[in-house]
Amino acid sequence: MIWRLVGAGLLGALAEAAGVALMGTAVWLLITAAEQPPITALTIAIVSVRALAISRGGFRYLERLAGHDAVLRIVTEVRARIFAHLIDRPLARHADALSRMVSDVDGVQDLVVRVALPMFASGLVCVAAVVTAALIDPLAGLVLGLGLALGGVVLPVLGARLIRRGALELAPLRAAHAIAVLDVVHGAADLAAYGATQRFQAAASLHAARLSAVERRLAVRSFALDAAGGTLSALTAVGVYLAAPDRGVWTAVLTIGALATGELTLNLLGAARKYAEISGSLARVRELTTPVAPVETPSGRPVRLCGVAVAGRLHDIDLDLAPGRKIGVIGPSGAGKSTLLSVIAGTIMPDRGHVIRSGDGVATGLMADAHLFHNSIRENLKLARPDATDAELVAAGDVARIALGNRYPLETLVGEDGAELSGGERQRLGLTRALLADPEVLLLDEPTEGLDPAQADDVLRAVFDHLGDRTVVLVTHRLTGLDSLGLDEIIVMDQGRIVERGPEGWMRAHLG
Amino acid sequence: MRVVRPFDPRLLRHVPALRRDVALLGLLGVGVALAVVVAAFGLSRFNLPLFACAFAVRAGLTSACGVVAARMAATVKEQLRRDLLEAVGRRGPGWLAGQRAGELATLTGRGLDALDGYFTGYLPQLVLSVTVPLAVLVTLTLNDLASAVIVLVTLPLIPIFGILIGWQTRAATERQWHRLSLLGGHFLDMVTGLPTLKAFGRARAQVEAVRKMADQHRSATMKTLRIAFLSALVLELVSTLSVALVAVPIGLRLLSGGLTLSTALLVLLLTPEAFIPLRNAGSRFHASMEGLTALDHAFGLLGTPVKRVAQVVEPPLHIEFRGVSVVYERTVALDDVDLTIADGDRVALVGPSGGGKSTLLSLLLGFVTPTRGEVLINGVSPSDVDFPLAWVPQKPHLFAATLAENIALSNPDASRASVEAAARAAALPHSLDIMLGERGHGMSSGERQRVALARAFLRDAPLLLLDEPTARLDMASEKAVVDATLRLASGRTALLVAHRPALLSVATRIVRVEHGRVVEMEPA
Repeated sequence: MIWRLVGAGLLGALAEAAGVALMGTAVWLLITAAEQPPITALTIAIVSVRALAISRGGFRYLERLAGHDAVLRIVTEVRARIFAHLIDRPLARHADALSRMVSDVDGVQDLVVRVALPMFASGLVCVAAVVTAALIDPLAGLVLGLGLALGGVVLPVLGARLIRRGALELAPLRAAHAIAVLDVVHGAADLAAYGATQRFQAAASLHAARLSAVERRLAVRSFALDAAGGTLSALTAVGVYLAAPDRGVWTAVLTIGALATGELTLNLLGAARKYAEISGSLARVRELTTPVAPVETPSGRPVRLCGVAVAGRLHDIDLDLAPGRKIGVIGPSGAGKSTLLSVIAGTIMPDRGHVIRSGDGVATGLMADAHLFHNSIRENLKLARPDATDAELVAAGDVARIALGNRYPLETLVGEDGAELSGGERQRLGLTRALLADPEVLLLDEPTEGLDPAQADDVLRAVFDHLGDRTVVLVTHRLTGLDSLGLDEIIVMDQGRIVERGPEGWMRAHLG
Repeated sequence: MRVVRPFDPRLLRHVPALRRDVALLGLLGVGVALAVVVAAFGLSRFNLPLFACAFAVRAGLTSACGVVAARMAATVKEQLRRDLLEAVGRRGPGWLAGQRAGELATLTGRGLDALDGYFTGYLPQLVLSVTVPLAVLVTLTLNDLASAVIVLVTLPLIPIFGILIGWQTRAATERQWHRLSLLGGHFLDMVTGLPTLKAFGRARAQVEAVRKMADQHRSATMKTLRIAFLSALVLELVSTLSVALVAVPIGLRLLSGGLTLSTALLVLLLTPEAFIPLRNAGSRFHASMEGLTALDHAFGLLGTPVKRVAQVVEPPLHIEFRGVSVVYERTVALDDVDLTIADGDRVALVGPSGGGKSTLLSLLLGFVTPTRGEVLINGVSPSDVDFPLAWVPQKPHLFAATLAENIALSNPDASRASVEAAARAAALPHSLDIMLGERGHGMSSGERQRVALARAFLRDAPLLLLDEPTARLDMASEKAVVDATLRLASGRTALLVAHRPALLSVATRIVRVEHGRVVEMEPA
């Protein structure tokens, strides 16, 4: 991989060098030609001007291909490695955080193509130009070196600092604007119903105006640096001329060569700016690719929870999960029901208390964060049981009351996170997948959300009939229909605690 | 294939403030062109002070072009952002439904930032590609007509080749587009679904799939890049060859003594300058495509303003649905519905989900217009009515503001005491001063519902529309909310969508909505 990158960098340097040499040779050719020497004295120069001109384009093309190929290979590796590391980490659930992470990874591309390669190529050619100039005339070489150091090191550092400061200023404004826009767009119905649309629009426009004002101000500063760079290379060329005024042809060659090299410092300025822009992304990627100690996934099927606590979310939970037991968990949202399921599944470790496990079975099912992949229904279902036949898939679908094969062919693409399906359809597919996994302890988090009450009761009854003597933990906010499922115990949770518990039928008597 | 214009004339129409900047950019472009000629003139006569001055002036003017362009970008973004949000208000939430909301939010935010690339990268080059070649041609004509003719003939090759290769690239990208977006989205899909993969013990097995898909993405991308990069190569070769066409005769004439050194130098220094801005504009056009697409998209969404005359309606209310059908893209939501609601009626809408209950409410809110038939509130269509109603939707939107401000949405002039009373009535347990996150982050769905209820309480409107107000509430709150709803509804006209029987006691009439049709039922 490193050799691909070095290769791309060298190709880039060759392209830049060809450009500078082209200018120098052309000037030499012209001035020499003016003295009307025999044509043979010029042939080599004439041929090299053409060769340099064509090879500059060729090298540039090859460099861009090689660079992009190398960087895409790196991104492939980074993606695979980050994915492997994410498996061992607790996950950020927020969708925005996830898509930001994905675009962070793309920042690696810019690091190579728009920062590292141009810096390497332009830097190398600058050094080579200084050495060549010094061989022709040491003083001219010194002047060129100073000019390039100013334009190629000092200006880029300033440029990067400007970008960083600008980003600090813009980031909060961008965020505020984004939130204001989000409120107007996603809250459009609420705003329209209460006639508040214009008020919120005005607020969002104010944010946009502030953002634009800062952008305008930053533009002036940033382009002042460009102007400084251009002026600096003109001054350097004049300095080189003054340093070696009486070397005939070579004075002109040095002067024009210095000008051509000066243009390269603008590449360095651009690269430095880009680096400042993406440095935040890169830091986050670095953090993500640092290995962490893998989370120990507990083995064995859970049988009993004793005094389990998760800081701030669960307190002092005792639960008997003996084989074949069926437990219903109800309670308001935020009561800790989903956290309880995660503890049973082993994806969240209790801070206190313990989960007693035995044998080699697992606990899983339809969890709160169930995701449908942008793929066919078949592939989504086979995730739970890779060797399942189509007939088995359809049979499981029948239990969850989704007519796979007929109304929903197995080839149907579900869209991004199941966007092509309705909420009820997504839920029933997730349920089908949980049934196919057929774990020792089946966990169901709100399996009938998005279904109307009659459908919901029907689906739950069918699922429980199908399950026979499997262990089940069912989380729901619906009370009706719970009584006829044959639950061994119903527990009521509130604020992370079990506030009441009792056998089936108790609930109705209790609530009267 | 749609031709993308390098400069969209709609820009000047929508953003009149831009006209001055465009003129300024043109002037600066002329200045740069003059500086280019003067610099070459100075260098060809080895008048270094003149050359250095002209070169510095050129650098300064080029930067000034950049500044003007960047300011133009800022102006355009500000204006379009305002216009887009106004379009949202004008066209109403029905138009926004579904995918479009997210798309619009992205476009208004980061989407329009893509215009920066177009304005600062492409537009100045576009201006220079007019002024610089013109100045060069004039100078060449005055100094060496033969060279001027060659340049004049070869210059158009750059845009011609640029367009030809651009078509090829676009065709190649379009062929690959679906594949590219699928492969590109795969990583995000896998990362989002990681908890599911872990739950089924399939996460480790997917590492290889991630690598494989990323590698396929690489080879698919390289296929399009090979053609895309070719464009820069061809443009460079064409201009190199054109310069050679000028240089060879110049060299020969110089050898034979038919030309002075200074004229030869001037021609040779100027000729490449004529090609550079054209080449830059050509190779940057693709980079600025994203900005142009965003611009085109924005103009498409802006549409033409519709005048809306709001009529004031006073109670007593009389609401009529006359033969109303609503057909969405694939489904029939309502099918020939007749329904009359008199003042003081509290109508409970029951029936399976997807039966059309929410559509009935959306019609009254004016979010949806009937495909056939008409909806009338005191004889006026809901979209033309301006009168206070209170609405509790299934998924209320909460704003990134304090809880009190969120409630006061329905009545910004309400006193603190009345906001507190509304919050109490809706059984909201929180302090009114807590700050909510983006989209109300930090509130559970039950709490959101109660904020919407509090809004309705604070509104004190003659017409109430409630879409499953107790859907996500736990048992204790459900009773509190039902009691509150009873109090709220008494003496008002109300339509409430109800799944739970507890709410039916509020209603004076029960209407069953199923398969897009309505049936009046006996009250329980």
